[in-house]
Amino acid sequence: MPYFLILTSLMKIIGVIFLIILPMVSYSVYAERRVSALIQDRLGPNRVGPAGLFQPVADTLKFLLKEDFTPAGVNKFYYWLAPCLAMVPAIATIAVVPFGSSLFGVPMLIADINVGVLYVFAIASLGVYGIVIAGWSSNSKYPFLGGVRSTSQMISYELSLGLAVIPIFLLVGQLRLTSIVRYQIEHGWMLAPFIGDWTNPQKWLLAIPMLVSFCVFTVAIFAETNRLPFDLPEAETELVGGYHTEYGSMKFALFFLGEYAAMITGSAIIVTLFLGGWHLPVPSWNGGFHWALVDGSAPGWRGIAGGLFNIATFFAKVAVLLLIFIWVRWTLPRFRYDQLMRLGWVFFFEIALVNIFIAAIILAYYPV
Amino acid sequence: MAADCQVGRTVRSEHENDLPIRNPLMPSLLFWIFSALMLVFGAAVVINRNPVASALSLVVCFLGLSALFISLDAFFIGVIQVLVYAGAVMVLFLFIIMLLDLRAEERRKINAVAFTGGVAVALALFVQIFSIIRQLRGADQPFPALATPRSDDVREIGFLLFDNYNLPFQIIGVLVLVATIGVIVLSKRELR
Repeated sequence: MPYFLILTSLMKIIGVIFLIILPMVSYSVYAERRVSALIQDRLGPNRVGPAGLFQPVADTLKFLLKEDFTPAGVNKFYYWLAPCLAMVPAIATIAVVPFGSSLFGVPMLIADINVGVLYVFAIASLGVYGIVIAGWSSNSKYPFLGGVRSTSQMISYELSLGLAVIPIFLLVGQLRLTSIVRYQIEHGWMLAPFIGDWTNPQKWLLAIPMLVSFCVFTVAIFAETNRLPFDLPEAETELVGGYHTEYGSMKFALFFLGEYAAMITGSAIIVTLFLGGWHLPVPSWNGGFHWALVDGSAPGWRGIAGGLFNIATFFAKVAVLLLIFIWVRWTLPRFRYDQLMRLGWVFFFEIALVNIFIAAIILAYYPV
Repeated sequence: MAADCQVGRTVRSEHENDLPIRNPLMPSLLFWIFSALMLVFGAAVVINRNPVASALSLVVCFLGLSALFISLDAFFIGVIQVLVYAGAVMVLFLFIIMLLDLRAEERRKINAVAFTGGVAVALALFVQIFSIIRQLRGADQPFPALATPRSDDVREIGFLLFDNYNLPFQIIGVLVLVATIGVIVLSKRELR
C-alpha cells in the first residue's frame, strides 16, 4: 500500500509538472505574444511551424545554447540560487490543487491536506525570496530597486489575498480544497448560483460577497504574480529589466517561466475556489431535464473518459483565466508606485474586511 | 536527546491505526534530518558575517521547524509557521536590512576571556539540562497517547481560541493595536 501511494504520487507529480504545467507555461508565453499582437494589430511570431506553434521549442533552444554569462560584481552563490527560488514555489503550490476527480480510482490531486489554502498562501509567500535575492545579489542599482519594490508590494497584497477568501470558508466551514470543490458540486459554483438549486434566494444573496471576493482575490493574484497593472518590480521603462536585469540565458528563462508558472497556479486556485474546480455540469434528458455529474467514479471506459474530461475541464478553465491575464496586461497601463500602495492598503484591504462582515451577516440571518 | 527521539517515534505509532499508509520508521528519520537542518542553519544565523545571509539562514531554520510540526500532525501550526515567520516577518527583516544597506560585519580578533566564558556558560547549561532530564521519571517512559481529534486541527484551534480563551485573545488583539498605533505616533513625531 505505501509503495502504491508513493508510486502514484510520483506519477502524478511528474505528469502534472512535465506533461501539463511546463508545456502550458511555454505555450502561455506563445499565447501572450500572439494575443498581444492581435490586440496591437500585428502578426506576432508565425514563422516557426504552422502558425508559429513551434516557437516555444525554438525559444527554449535559444535559451539553452546561449552563453551562461555571470557578471563580475555579483554575489555568486545567491546569484545562482535566486532563479531556482523564483521557480520552485510557483510549481510547489500546485500540489494541493485538485485538478481532476479521479482516474483509475486514484484521486487526481497530489496531497489532500486539511489546511489546503493556507499551504498555498504559505508557499506563495516564499516566492518573494527569489526576486529579493536576485535584486540584492546582482549588486546593481536597478535590480536592487526592483527587489525592494517587490517586497513591499507582495506583503501589501498578501493581506487582501488572505482576507478575500474568508467568506468562502465561512460558507464551506473547511480549508480543504477538495471539500470546497465538493461543496460547489452540491450547491453550485461560488460565482454561478444558477447551477443546481437556483430558486434558493440565499444563494443569490451570497453570490454578491462571493463576487466581491473574486474581484479582490483576482486583483491580488495579479499583484502577487507581478502582472502588468502591478509589474513595478520589473517595470522596463523605469528599471531597465527590474530584478532580472543582470541575468541572461537559462537563468533569465527560469525567472520568466517562474512568472508564468505562478500565473498558472494562481489561476488554478481561482478556478478551485470560485469556479467549481474540475466540475462542469452536463445537461441530461434522462427522464426529464437535469444537470448530470460526470466524474471518474463510473465503471469501465466511462470512468476513464469522465476522469479525463474533468482534467480537461479544469485546465480549460485555467486557460480561459490565463487569456484574461494576457488581455488585461495589454489593455491597462501601469500604476504609479504610490497609487499601487494606496490601492492595496486603502481600497482592497477595507473592501475585503467589509465583505467578510456582509457574508457573515447573510450567513447569520439566512443559515444554510 | 534520547527523549526527543522517542517523542518523534511514539507519536507516529499512535497514529498508525488511523493512517495505515505511512511508514512508521520514516518520521523518526525525518525528525533527525529536520533537527539537523535546524541546528546547522540556526548556527549559521550566528556565524554568518553577512546580515542578509543570516536572515536567509533563519528562514531555512523556520522551514525545518514547520516540518517538525507537520511530522507531529500539527498541520495548521506548521503552515502558519511558514506563512507568518518565513513568509512575512523575515521578508520584512530582509527589507529593512536592504534599506539600511548593512555591510558584512568585519572580522574581529577573538577575545579569549569572553570566548572561554561563553563556552563555559553553554556547557554548564547543557550539563544542567542533561542531569535534570536524566533524573526525570517521565523521561524514560513513552509519550502518552495523544487524544484523537474529533475534527480538523484548524477547527479545534478555532474553538479553543474563540471559545475557551476568548477574553485573552481579545486582550492580545487590543494590545497589538495599541502597539501599532504607538509605532505610528513615534515615527510620525519627527515630521512636525
